[in-house]
Amino acid sequence: MRPGAATVGAVRAAALLLGAAGLAATLWHGLAEPGNALAFGTLIALGELARRGAGHPEALRGSEPAPVAAAAALAYALLGADAGAPTTHGVLQTTAVVCAGGLAGIVPHVARGRARGDDRGPDPDHLARRVLTVGFAALCFQPLYNAGALTGPLGTGAPYVLFLLLVLVLTGLCDAVLAALLLRARTSYPYGPLLRDELRALLGIGSAVCATGVVMALGVAAAGLWALPVLAVPLLLTQVSYRRYAAVRTVNRQTIASLARATEIAGCTPPGHARRVAALATAVGRELGLGGSELTVLEYAALMHDIGQLSLVDPVPGGATAPLPAEDQRRIALLGGEVVRMTGVPAAVAQVVERQADPYREQPLPARIVRTVNAYDDLAGEGAGAALEALETLRLGTARDHHPEVVAGLARVLARDGLPGVTSVPTG
Amino acid sequence: MHRVTVVKPLPRTARAYIVCAALGAGACALPALLPPSPTPWATAGLLAALYALCELPARRRLLGRSAGGSVPVGTGPFSPVLLAAALLLPPAAAALTALPGGLLARVDEPPARWRRTWRTAATALAVWAAARTAAALGAPAAALPHALLPALGAALAFCLVLAALDGSIRATADGLPPRAAWRGLLARALAPHLVHGLAGLMMAVLWRSPHGPAAALLVLLPMYLSCWVFAQYHHERAAHQATIRALVQAVDIKDSYTRGHSERVGHASVLIARELGMDGDRLDTVRFAGILHDVGKLGVPTRVLRKDGPLTPEERRVIELHPEYGHEMVRGIGFLGEARAAVLHHHERIDGTGYPYGLRGEEIPECARVVAVADAFDAMTSTRSYSRARPVATALAELERCAGSHFDPRMVAALARALDRWGWRTAVTADEAGTPVPEPRTPGPLAPQPKEPA
Repeated sequence: MRPGAATVGAVRAAALLLGAAGLAATLWHGLAEPGNALAFGTLIALGELARRGAGHPEALRGSEPAPVAAAAALAYALLGADAGAPTTHGVLQTTAVVCAGGLAGIVPHVARGRARGDDRGPDPDHLARRVLTVGFAALCFQPLYNAGALTGPLGTGAPYVLFLLLVLVLTGLCDAVLAALLLRARTSYPYGPLLRDELRALLGIGSAVCATGVVMALGVAAAGLWALPVLAVPLLLTQVSYRRYAAVRTVNRQTIASLARATEIAGCTPPGHARRVAALATAVGRELGLGGSELTVLEYAALMHDIGQLSLVDPVPGGATAPLPAEDQRRIALLGGEVVRMTGVPAAVAQVVERQADPYREQPLPARIVRTVNAYDDLAGEGAGAALEALETLRLGTARDHHPEVVAGLARVLARDGLPGVTSVPTG
Repeated sequence: MHRVTVVKPLPRTARAYIVCAALGAGACALPALLPPSPTPWATAGLLAALYALCELPARRRLLGRSAGGSVPVGTGPFSPVLLAAALLLPPAAAALTALPGGLLARVDEPPARWRRTWRTAATALAVWAAARTAAALGAPAAALPHALLPALGAALAFCLVLAALDGSIRATADGLPPRAAWRGLLARALAPHLVHGLAGLMMAVLWRSPHGPAAALLVLLPMYLSCWVFAQYHHERAAHQATIRALVQAVDIKDSYTRGHSERVGHASVLIARELGMDGDRLDTVRFAGILHDVGKLGVPTRVLRKDGPLTPEERRVIELHPEYGHEMVRGIGFLGEARAAVLHHHERIDGTGYPYGLRGEEIPECARVVAVADAFDAMTSTRSYSRARPVATALAELERCAGSHFDPRMVAALARALDRWGWRTAVTADEAGTPVPEPRTPGPLAPQPKEPA
């Protein structure tokens, strides 16, 4: 069994249990305010239906693929009144409506996904997260509200709104913890940076979703169900902007990858070198606690780290810069920095590329990682034996060229990826 | 939206116009201050403070930082505040709420005082018009389905007045013809303003509800984020353009003779494509095909590319691999679409004697046939290591001679028509940035076996 399977299984089982309990209880007791349930369920289903494709996982990580559905689900959990009349739906009915709406919206995607094999299909983990967080929000709000313990002491003015915001913040935290937990289980990256990334994403589109959820709940309380379509439109605008942003980001990434492949096609570097170094460097960066935009800078720098070789009249034999004299390595690095400055990537990327050949004590962390991972890929080539030898060479180079922590991080990443014989304990 | 492109010395008519607008705005807001005023001061004061607070940091830090200052932010993220004021207050008081925010907002370009005055006046007038429209269309305080009409009407009026004022100040200050000044202003602004109208309506509804102003504030968060994402989008798009340019410049590093060639071929390809009636996305595709057609030269050894003398058959074979290298490089870039095929096939000939596949006639993608003509034309009209630049007329005659055997006659005819209409500046080179085109190292006799124009 994979190490994280138990966590994923537990989260899914909890969500399944909550959803099933909600549906069973609702069937048993009947629906309270069926009009509200129907309206919110429909909006959730429509929101799921309009969910966007997964695209590049990195570009969209931590962002909500179906913001309208998420906001509507949150609004139903925090709904206290409908046009002034108090509602009576409880936690279980909330989860039931969220489940039913979500499933109804997903059916067409599943059918189409089977037919075409596209990537818009739903992610079961995502659904589980939705059910659990909405259940949490409802649990914080509905029992108190239905018992009259909220509107009595707080009234319906600013204190009530503040209480909703507090519930919202707690829900956001709960969701971030859950998301980081699931990601950790799937990828076994360290938990801290993952949680930090999730919290940062929460400040982005996540806060728009949450705020819209609260506004929907309050709007319905003040003006009835008409508030739902009126508020869904601005959120859709946000979603459209975000989708376009994600699309152009993906395209930019593809173009940078093409630029990086130029050295391979020119015969300067072995095929797949840039891609391998980028993937491994990102993994090592994550291992060493980098996150968010730092990882993007690292990835771009790793992709383009050899681009300076294009300026050479004769290619370096085999494309491996690691065995070259330090002076040549540094010259190629500076030439590469010039090319990188012409692209639209952040200036930090060019700095990393320029300084990749410096001794590690003078380097920033991303440059250290690029240097070490590049050397590893140059030395390792194919086969486990070569990989072990390469790692050994890097460990011997920790006096001047390679930072010991980066080498240790690389060893940990390689050991986790199942490279036989590699242990994370540094020898010697 | 409020961005007015005023040239440095402001014409006298423009100053007079701005003063008139300011007086008009004052006249609109004045009734709110006069004695029998029904102004609800608590609401008006709160909304004015809110708008001022929103305007104060927004343009400086949060939006401006990532946007680099020059990005069209569309409608400001805080126009829902003004639209809510138009729905909640009488017209004069609504116009008054726009004043503090407008006067406090930052203006980046000189003349700052005039710009600030203009912006404040235009916004106040637009809010006043919105409030009048809302009042005329029904009671803004009505329950929700009935309040939709006044809210959307107010948003429409706000947008129309702002667009009209912005267009007119452009016409006055820049001396643009009115049609050019107004072009696209309304179309760009309409949809965002209607959405902001809905947000403003929700703010007004919540403001009046038992939940009060605190709940109304929350409406602003999604709007603000939407604008932020929009700015990010423009930022990333600019970055992508730069990356494409870097791809082309990487070729220049290896083969400095062809500097500017890629951009010019892109330009000529667009000329041909437009003549053939292509538009929109397809025109973009053709332009990228032209710009990127030689990107595969990155795969050809620099020694061979820079060789001055005649090429050996072996070297020739290596150079002829460049379309395939180029295709290999750009095949991962999804949005290029048909342009990728053009990169692969731009050396095919109509009679099937080209490379790499020897396709003939209609088998060659249309895009590739366009780029082939543009490529040959620019190769002939610019100076290369093996030949001097030829005049445009000579190059066209040569193209027409080869039409039907090498080139698609339709494309050649289209190029001739386009050049007739627009002309051709051979100086359209990459040395716009001031880098001189290097002289050929051996300007002596022409190479006996000229290289393929590539």
